[in-house]
Amino acid sequence: MTELRTVADVIAIVFLLLGSFLCLTAGLGLLRFPDVLTRMHAGTKPQVLGVLLIMVGAAIRLQGWSATWMLLLVAAFQMLTAPVSAHMISRVAYRRRHVRRDRLLVDELRSERRPDRVYRGDEPADAPPENSGQALAESRREERREDGAR
Amino acid sequence: MTGDPAPAATYRLRHQLPLLVWLVLVWNLLWGTWSWANLLGGIVVALAVTLLLPLPPVVGGARVRPVALVRFLSYFVVDLVSSGALVAWQTVRPSGIDRSAIVTVQLRTDSDLLLTILAESLTLVPGSMVIDLDRERRTLGLHILHVSNEDDVERQRASVLAQEERVVRAFGSPDEIAALGLAPGEEPARAGRRTP
Repeated sequence: MTELRTVADVIAIVFLLLGSFLCLTAGLGLLRFPDVLTRMHAGTKPQVLGVLLIMVGAAIRLQGWSATWMLLLVAAFQMLTAPVSAHMISRVAYRRRHVRRDRLLVDELRSERRPDRVYRGDEPADAPPENSGQALAESRREERREDGAR
Repeated sequence: MTGDPAPAATYRLRHQLPLLVWLVLVWNLLWGTWSWANLLGGIVVALAVTLLLPLPPVVGGARVRPVALVRFLSYFVVDLVSSGALVAWQTVRPSGIDRSAIVTVQLRTDSDLLLTILAESLTLVPGSMVIDLDRERRTLGLHILHVSNEDDVERQRASVLAQEERVVRAFGSPDEIAALGLAPGEEPARAGRRTP
């Protein structure tokens, strides 16, 4: 019986250490990756997997089922919420042009629409459109067109 | 939406039932122990939540195909583990990451629920993270963490479409599964089934 406990303990420790290491790499990624979008990758994938592994380790180690149910809930909500928050943050970051374009191989969102030519009113001050005079005229024209359509 | 003119209350209850069951389950898991008091308390809380904070019903509803669901889930678990390990390795290795890419993928699915499941699961699989979703044109904007050339981009696009197919086969209606066979961007034959 004690041997079984020891084996369970060892397995739990392996899971806990592996999970903590993955959470550590999530932190490292936040430091090492160049911009918001890449950092959100680091903030979601290794972190979610790390939390899941820690939950498994804790479930093995903890006594009683009531703690296990709670850990199951934590894992489920982690997997449901982490992608959503990452999506919201990266969407805002992209629209406000906090993107390292020099690190992008292709950007199909940019070529298909025209987010960079027209003022949309929520750009950061340090990200002007490429041709500001033309963009201002164009966004005014677009505004008039929308008013006319209404 | 459905042909029979069921009373609004019955219709709502039928569509809210999965939500109610889920809320009762969460309540019981939070208490951690099974008892009739917890079950009744959970039902009271779930009814209160759904009546006081009503949500619009999920349009179309979901059908679950067990075999396809198991297939989807097993791919998902493998993807989750491998993407966690891959990104962890990319953060610690000395060379770091190479170029990134932002791609748009033309999807074939036209259902709010399926698109939500797809977008949620895509963020946790290797390489990709959803930035934008154009609901009307059914295109998905994805950020891909690590690409070295155009072939990588195309491979990612193919894997997104494969993931879409698994999601639709697990949760979609026969119509939606049939729509998988259409060429990307082609309009399905059924008209007038727009979600608001």
